[in-house]
Amino acid sequence: MSEDTEAVTRIETPVYLQYNFTAGRAPARFLERIRQGVLTGQRCPRCANVYIPPRGSCPACGVPTEEEVVLPDKATVQSFTVVAIPIPNNPIKPPFVIANLVLDGANISFIHLMSECENSEVHIGQRVQAVWKPEAEWTYAMDNIRYFKPIDEPDVPVDRIGRLPIGGWEDEQ
Amino acid sequence: MAKLAAVVGIGQTHYKTRRGDVSIAGLVREAAVNALEDAGLGWDDIEAVIIGKAPDMFEGVIMPEIYLTDALGCNGKPMLRVHTAGSVGGSTALVAASHVQSGMFKRVLTVTFEKQSESNAMWALSTPQPFSVHLNAGAGGYFAPIIREYMRRSGAPYDVGIKVAVKDRLHGARNPLAHLQLPEITMKEVEDSMMLWDPIRFLEACPSSDGACAMVICSEDLVAESPKPPAWIRGVAMRSEPTMYAGREEVSPQAGRDCAADVYRQAGITDPRRDLDCAEVYVPFSWYEPMWLENLGFAPEGEGWKLTMSGATSLDEGGDIPWNCSGGVLSSNPIGASGMIRFAEAARQVRGDAGAHQVEGARLALGHAYGGGAQFFAMWVVGADKP
Amino acid sequence: MTAMKEIAVVAFSQSDCLARAGAANEVELIMPQLRAVFGQVGLNNAQDVDFVCSGSCDYLQGAAFAFVAGVDALGAVPPIKESHVEMDAAWALYESILKIRMDQAESALIYGFAKASAGELPTVLSQQLDPYYLAPLWVDSVSLAAMQARLLIEKGLATEQAMAGVVARARKHAMVNPHAQVSGEVSIETLLAADTVVSPLRESDCAPVADGAAAMIICTVDKAREWGVPYAVISGIDHRIETHNLGMRDLTDSPSTRQAAAGAGVGRGAVEVAELCAPFSHQEIILTRALGLGDDTVINPSGGVMAGNLMMASGLARIGEVFRRIVSGDISRGVAHATSGPCLQHNLVAVLESA
Repeated sequence: MSEDTEAVTRIETPVYLQYNFTAGRAPARFLERIRQGVLTGQRCPRCANVYIPPRGSCPACGVPTEEEVVLPDKATVQSFTVVAIPIPNNPIKPPFVIANLVLDGANISFIHLMSECENSEVHIGQRVQAVWKPEAEWTYAMDNIRYFKPIDEPDVPVDRIGRLPIGGWEDEQ
Repeated sequence: MAKLAAVVGIGQTHYKTRRGDVSIAGLVREAAVNALEDAGLGWDDIEAVIIGKAPDMFEGVIMPEIYLTDALGCNGKPMLRVHTAGSVGGSTALVAASHVQSGMFKRVLTVTFEKQSESNAMWALSTPQPFSVHLNAGAGGYFAPIIREYMRRSGAPYDVGIKVAVKDRLHGARNPLAHLQLPEITMKEVEDSMMLWDPIRFLEACPSSDGACAMVICSEDLVAESPKPPAWIRGVAMRSEPTMYAGREEVSPQAGRDCAADVYRQAGITDPRRDLDCAEVYVPFSWYEPMWLENLGFAPEGEGWKLTMSGATSLDEGGDIPWNCSGGVLSSNPIGASGMIRFAEAARQVRGDAGAHQVEGARLALGHAYGGGAQFFAMWVVGADKP
Repeated sequence: MTAMKEIAVVAFSQSDCLARAGAANEVELIMPQLRAVFGQVGLNNAQDVDFVCSGSCDYLQGAAFAFVAGVDALGAVPPIKESHVEMDAAWALYESILKIRMDQAESALIYGFAKASAGELPTVLSQQLDPYYLAPLWVDSVSLAAMQARLLIEKGLATEQAMAGVVARARKHAMVNPHAQVSGEVSIETLLAADTVVSPLRESDCAPVADGAAAMIICTVDKAREWGVPYAVISGIDHRIETHNLGMRDLTDSPSTRQAAAGAGVGRGAVEVAELCAPFSHQEIILTRALGLGDDTVINPSGGVMAGNLMMASGLARIGEVFRRIVSGDISRGVAHATSGPCLQHNLVAVLESA
C-alpha cells in the first residue's frame, strides 16, 4: 500500500432480508377481532388473570390460555412518559405521551399513545378511552385505535389499577 | 462444592462513539490481548473461550462468534456464545466462571463486545410487530414510566437522577477508558439538558459506545502463575422472570431481589452496605441507582434516594459504599460488554488495580447486570481474600 | 482429582418437523414440548427444575430478543435460574452440564426452537460469514456446502451415488420416525435422476428445513433415581470450533469433530448408534470418517436431519434420539453430534450410555 493511500475505516454493506412474520395463533385471533373493532383478551385457566394482547400463554403460570374475554375500550393510566424525540418512520410529532394502560377487566398493561390532553396534566390513575380510526380504515393492527383520551371519571387509586372489573370503574363504585 | 475460581486477567478497550480504527475482530482482540497480558499468559494457556454480546441485529452479523473465532484464538478449542439481552455481559462472565467452577476447565478466556457504530440499534429494536403499536422510542420509552412510578412511590425529589448523572460522570473522569469525559459537569448542566423521555433527561441517559471487555478466569492451582493479585469469585447468581405478567413488580423486580439474596448468601454477606466495599451496578438511566439500591438491599424500600443524596455512593464525597467508581454505564455503554465491564471493574477494585478510581482497601465488591424489561439479572461477588 | 459428577438424561421430546409451523409463535411452539418432558418425569413446570437454558437465533425469526418470548412458556414466577445461548440447544445442554457439575443445580431443562420458515434460511445464513469480506457477497449456506461436496468428490472421498445412498437410507429410517418431514422408500437411481440445484448437490442432498422445538431434562444420577425414571448417562461431551477462513480448512475432513470425539471418549467402547447432524448428505460421509465409525454402527436410525432439520434444536434432538434408544433398551451405547457454522465449522460430540 502506498503511503498516500488513506486507511479504509468504513464500508457500507446494506443487509436486506425479507420475513413472513407470523404473530402466533393467539395474537392472530386478537388481530382478527380488532379488525372488527373488538378488543379480545385471554384468561389464564390457573390464575384467572386476563392478558391483552394475548400471546397464547400465561407468562406467570406457563400454561396455555384459550378462554377469550371481550374487553371494553376504557382504561386506566398505570404510568406514562412524555417523549421529546421523534420515533423513526413515525409521523407523530414530539412531544407526545405514551402510557402503560390497563383496560377494564384486564390485568396487564400495554403501551399506547395519549392525546386530546394537556401533557402536563397526565397522571397515574387517570381514566381514558380509545379514540378509534374511522371504521373504513380498520385493519389487522392495534393502530386501529388512534390514541386514548382522558374521560370524565374519577381517578383510580393506585392499588386498584389493573384490578378493575369488565364493567369498569363506575361499576365498581 | 463448586471448585474455586479467580479472575487473573482483565482487559478492556477504551470506549468511544466510534472505533473507526478497528474492525469488530480488531476490537475484541484488543480486549483479549490486554486481558492475556494482564494475566501474564499467552493464547496457548487458554482452554476455552466464552463470548457474549447483545442481539446480533445490532451489528447485522449473525452469530458473529463464528467469524471471531480466529481473532480470539478459539480454533481447536470449545467456544460458547451467550445471549441474555442487556445482562449478557454478566451472564457471559458467569458461564465462563462455570467452566472452571465445574472442574471441567483450568483456564478460560471470556470476551464481550458491542460495536454500536457499525449498526443501528434503534432499528434492530423496532422491527415492527402487528399486535403492538409502533411506538418504539428506544429503551428510555420503556423505562421512563417505571421510573415515574418509583418517584411517585418513594416521594423522591426531582433532582436525585441529576445527582447520579453528575456523580457517575465525575467517577468516569477518573477512568481513562470511559467514553464520556466530563470532569466539569454540574447539576445545572444536567438539569438544563434536553428532556428525552420525561423524567429522563439527555445527560441522565447512557451513551452509545463501541468497546469490548475480556477476562481470564482460572482454577485455584493456577492462580499463582499470574503476576497480579487474583479476584476470587465468592458468589455467582442469575435469575429471570417474564417481561410482563399480571401483578409484576416492575419498579423492584423480584428476580433482582432473589438474585441478590442468592449471591449474598454464597459470599456470606448479611448487610450489603456494611459488608461490601463498593459495587459496580448496571445503571443505564440515572434513576436506576436509587431503584437498585433498594432492590439490592443497600437501603430500605423507598429510601434508596436518601443514600444517593447523602453522597454515600460517591467516591468524590468519600461515601461509605461507592457505586460505579468506573463511571458506570452512564459513562460508557457498549451494550453487550456493559455487564462484563461491571463484573471486571468489581474485580479490579478487589485486586487493588483500579487506578484513579480505586476505592482504598477494597476487599469485597459486587458486579451486577440486568437486561430485557429489567427481568434478567446476573451478579457476582468477588473478593481479595480466598474463601 | 475427584471424578466428575455423572449426568443423566431423563426426558426428551420434539415437535413434528414442519416446513411451516403456520400461525404458531415461539411460545406456542415451545409449550407442547415442555409439557411433554415435564410429563415424562412427573413435574409441573420450570419451577421443578434448578436451571433452564435455551438455544435459538434471533435472525431466523427476524426479531431481536426472540428468545425473551420463550420465557413466557416457562412459568417463571417466582423467578428462575435461566440462561440462553445463540446456538443450537445442544450447547445449552453443555452449559447446563457445567451448572450441575459446579453444584448450582441438580436438574436442568433445556430447549431449542426456531421458525426458520419466516425467512430464506440459506440467504439468512450468508450473514453469519465475515462481515467485511464474505457477507457482502451473499454466499449462501447451500453454495458453500456444494463447494465442500465438490472437493470431496474430486478427492475421491465420496461419489454422487454414495451421497444419494445416504439420503435413501435416511429416508428409509425416517419411516419409523413419527416426527419426520420427509420419509419413504426411494432408490438411489431415482434420486440421481433429479437435476442438481447447486452442483453437485441435488435438492435431496439438502436436509429439509423445519420449524419446531425440542426439549430435554437432565439431572444428576441421584436425582434420576429419586424421580424413579429411566435414564441414560452422558459419559462424555466435548465441542470444538475451527477457523472461519474456509480457504485455510481441509473441507473434506472435520478435525474439530475428531478432537471433540476424542474428548468425549467415543473410542472407549462400541458405538451401536450414531445420530449425526449432517444437513447435507456428503457431510454425513465426512463425519462418519472423522468419528471413526465402522459398519457395525447404525448411522441416523431416526433418519437424522435428512428427515427434518429442526433449526436450533437438531443437535439437541440427536442427543434425544440416542437417549430414547438407550432407555428403550434397544442399545447400550451411542454417539450424538451437533454442528454450527458453514461447512461443519463447529462440532459437538456426546457419548450416551445405559445406566
